[in-house]
Amino acid sequence: MNDMSSVQTTPRDWETDQEVRWCPGCGDYAILKAVQRTLPMLGADPKNTVFVSGIGCSSRFPYYVESYGFHTIHGRAPAFATGIKLANPELDVWIVTGDGDGMSIGGNHTMHVLRRNLDCQILLFNNEIYGLTKGQYSPTSRVGTASPTSPAGSVDRPASPCAFALGAGARFVARSYDVSKDLPEVLKAAHAHKGAAFLEIFQNCIVYNKDRFDDFTAKAVAAEMQLHCMDGKPLLFANGCKGLSLDVRTLSFQVVDVVGADWKAAGVAVHDVRNRALAHMLVEMPFGPFPMALGVIYDDPAPTFESGVRAERATMVAGKSADLGQLLARGQTWTVAAG
Amino acid sequence: MATGRSEQGRGAFSGEIAPEAVVVRFAGDSGDGMQLTGGQFTLSTALAGNDLATFPDFPAEIRAPQGTLFGVSAFQINFGSSEITTAGDAPDVLVAMNPAALKVNLGALRPGGLVIADTGEFTRRNLDKAKYENDPLTDGSLARWDVLAFDISALTLQAVKPFGLGNKEALRCKNMWTLGLALWMFDRDRQPLVDWLAAKFAKSPVLAEANIAALNAGHAYGETAELSGPLRKLHVDPVVSEPGLYRTITGAEAISLGLVAGAQLAGLPMFFGGYPITPASAVLHNLARMKEFGVTTFQAEDEIAAICAAIGASYAGQLGVTSSSGPGLALKGEAMGLAIMTELPLVIVNSQRGGPSTGLPTKAEQSDLYQAVYGRNGDAPLPVIAARSPGDAFACAIEACRIAVQFMTPVILLSDGYIANASEPWKVPDPATLTSFPVTFLEDAGESGGKPLPFKRDDRGVRPWIRPGTPGLMHRIGGIEKAIDTGNIDYAPDVHQAQTDARKAKIDGIARTIPPQEVALGAPCDTLAVVGWGSTFGPIHQAVRRSRRKGLAVSHVHVRHVWPLPENLGELLAGYQHVLVPEMNTGQFKTVLRDQFLIDAVPLSKTSGQPFAISELEAAIARFFDAVPGNEGGEVSVNHTQLPTPEIEQP
Repeated sequence: MNDMSSVQTTPRDWETDQEVRWCPGCGDYAILKAVQRTLPMLGADPKNTVFVSGIGCSSRFPYYVESYGFHTIHGRAPAFATGIKLANPELDVWIVTGDGDGMSIGGNHTMHVLRRNLDCQILLFNNEIYGLTKGQYSPTSRVGTASPTSPAGSVDRPASPCAFALGAGARFVARSYDVSKDLPEVLKAAHAHKGAAFLEIFQNCIVYNKDRFDDFTAKAVAAEMQLHCMDGKPLLFANGCKGLSLDVRTLSFQVVDVVGADWKAAGVAVHDVRNRALAHMLVEMPFGPFPMALGVIYDDPAPTFESGVRAERATMVAGKSADLGQLLARGQTWTVAAG
Repeated sequence: MATGRSEQGRGAFSGEIAPEAVVVRFAGDSGDGMQLTGGQFTLSTALAGNDLATFPDFPAEIRAPQGTLFGVSAFQINFGSSEITTAGDAPDVLVAMNPAALKVNLGALRPGGLVIADTGEFTRRNLDKAKYENDPLTDGSLARWDVLAFDISALTLQAVKPFGLGNKEALRCKNMWTLGLALWMFDRDRQPLVDWLAAKFAKSPVLAEANIAALNAGHAYGETAELSGPLRKLHVDPVVSEPGLYRTITGAEAISLGLVAGAQLAGLPMFFGGYPITPASAVLHNLARMKEFGVTTFQAEDEIAAICAAIGASYAGQLGVTSSSGPGLALKGEAMGLAIMTELPLVIVNSQRGGPSTGLPTKAEQSDLYQAVYGRNGDAPLPVIAARSPGDAFACAIEACRIAVQFMTPVILLSDGYIANASEPWKVPDPATLTSFPVTFLEDAGESGGKPLPFKRDDRGVRPWIRPGTPGLMHRIGGIEKAIDTGNIDYAPDVHQAQTDARKAKIDGIARTIPPQEVALGAPCDTLAVVGWGSTFGPIHQAVRRSRRKGLAVSHVHVRHVWPLPENLGELLAGYQHVLVPEMNTGQFKTVLRDQFLIDAVPLSKTSGQPFAISELEAAIARFFDAVPGNEGGEVSVNHTQLPTPEIEQP
């Protein structure tokens, strides 16, 4: 994000006159609403805001946000965003991508935008399926996902977007889901982070992968299966009855019971958003035996790419004048006299 | 011309007459510093006031195994007192630093030419590596040429002895010794080289002194050794050139400077996205050092990211540029389509090399013309410009920038490995004489009642350029077909028809803003037009010149604007009975000409990775003429320099 003067807007100011073309009931609606609710809270200025997307259902997003928007080509949104941000660092750049767009065809660009640490927000809508192309399994689909291209169930092991992001060197990793009431808070944290902020948003594709995330989003199991990470707070879930503690022999988490709210006695670890090792453990603990870690998992800013580029330029141009005539005549020259 | 002189048997330069032009080829191991030697000889030649053209020919491997045939690196320079437009066909002098260099290059040396060989490298081991059974220096197999063989290795070691270098380091000075000898032979001033060495090795004065000592020793060897036979001092008169300030320039330098100039003339900062690829990387290297001109360079993670970032920068209001070679261009295809669809300016430089696939990374070819003109999905027209020489690449780069920003379109600038690496003297232009084309961004919605109309076209079919950050003009663009004026998603049948037509009409209309096609040499009506594009300019020009001297009614037409074609080109070509199109591909521009003008354009194809030889083109031209004295049957002596000789399809 940028230190720009904040502008007063309402959620309605961020709506375009375009008809939203997602399937009725799609989780994308909820995410769009959350973003449109969050932008006014950030004091964001529509004229300085750019939404950049690739291809897929999620990538239609820019058409529905009243700001500048660029719907590009499959998987390449981070590369376009890099050019936009380097050309004009004043712009507040949001990348909207999906599991196919950002983890499969565009996995390379996702990796490099994260390692370079371009100042932007990356919203990866993960529905574990290719929606726009009618339901093929995706790089995040669980093993056994039946689809038109995997009639007997997919055999590829899925990628974990957050683990991938950390591996690529991301300095901000967070997780949420489409209808989560916490989504605006996580969006705000992503925006507040100076550098590449990676946010995985589980999204319900009601046509091709309906209720895929019910095992932790359904009301009945939410408390039991969601761990809300909060900086400086113990890693508790199940209404505070369970927590994560570090097993020093295996260097991994274990689930412990918390009796009488005495999480210290139970040895529950305290979340520290600057602790990279902790972040790795949180995104890699297997779901099922462990809850789904949500919220801001990692947030430890580092110098941004565009500031590095600016500093390098300053070094390179120091003491040099931009005289085209001199540039053209550089090197050894000779003069041919008239006549 | 060197190759035009009649052969008088032995003793290439035994007379006192100053030759009009001389071709020298330096050949050695890729680690021997041949490109450096050639480059410095080029500089001294330019400083002596000769016109020149060079042809670096190096292997794809950085350091191929020493002494092997495939590790041979060569640098050819043609210089003289008349206008030089090619690196020459057959060398007059071949400097062979080892047996492999001799074997690979001897076939090119014209009969009676001079071989200078380092006997210190003609060991049994090196002869074996070069697959020589007997030592060619002593077995009489070089009888057709003059041979000057002496132990350059030993002489170099002796010259640099006082500096206490190790054997390996000392032998590295051989190239400077050889250069010293060449400078003496061709009457060149040593001082600029001495200055250059002192600057190059400023951090290690011993190396500077050793190299200078080697240079001087080679020069002294020529001056004092009482050699009878072929070694003679030669003076080539300076060429009469247009007055002004000159420098030597390679195509890669000219493109870099042209892009910087183009961005300045447009009044825009430049964003250059690139990914390392031979032979295009030099442009990225150059621009990385020109940041004071508002240049941002971005080494992307791949070719696709390089062009996408450049398009992103154009979207944000800078001049986006990307550069690559054929394989990289193939990867950029989809993004080019997006730039066409969203109508954003972009310059794409393609330094062509031999293909398909990895092909010949260090050799030149013109085989990306189809890719440039046709190679995208959908009806995706974009302008294509081709540079004909290193110096011409400067003007072409500016022209590419102009068209890109004036027509809101990606433009492909075609160069090739030959233009990129070759150098020629270049008259330094005065920036004040360049025509500017300042860009205006749309900054208020004006008459459209406050509603942004990002795809409202002007009378040339061009949409406005709106930068993010502009108040009140927020809008969305993308690769999906879009409504007239508003640019909102719309793929109704009539909309796609109208927008496809509009995109095509916009690009076709560029033809009205480019200069009419001129005849480079000859007349607008003749028996034969030889139509070329790109780096074939030099050999075509010389071949047409020689043919005209013989009385043949042949003209040279060289096309810069490959797409859209100049408006008068069809009419111009209709004035000739025949049209011959020599290309370093299998006939790609020929196809374009046949398609556009329904003419019987005859292809002349060459895909050996080597430029056309003048004599090959002369032979092809002669076949169109009967009963020309001295040209019956179009017989011209076969040139062995650059095999295979191309076949003409139908005379």
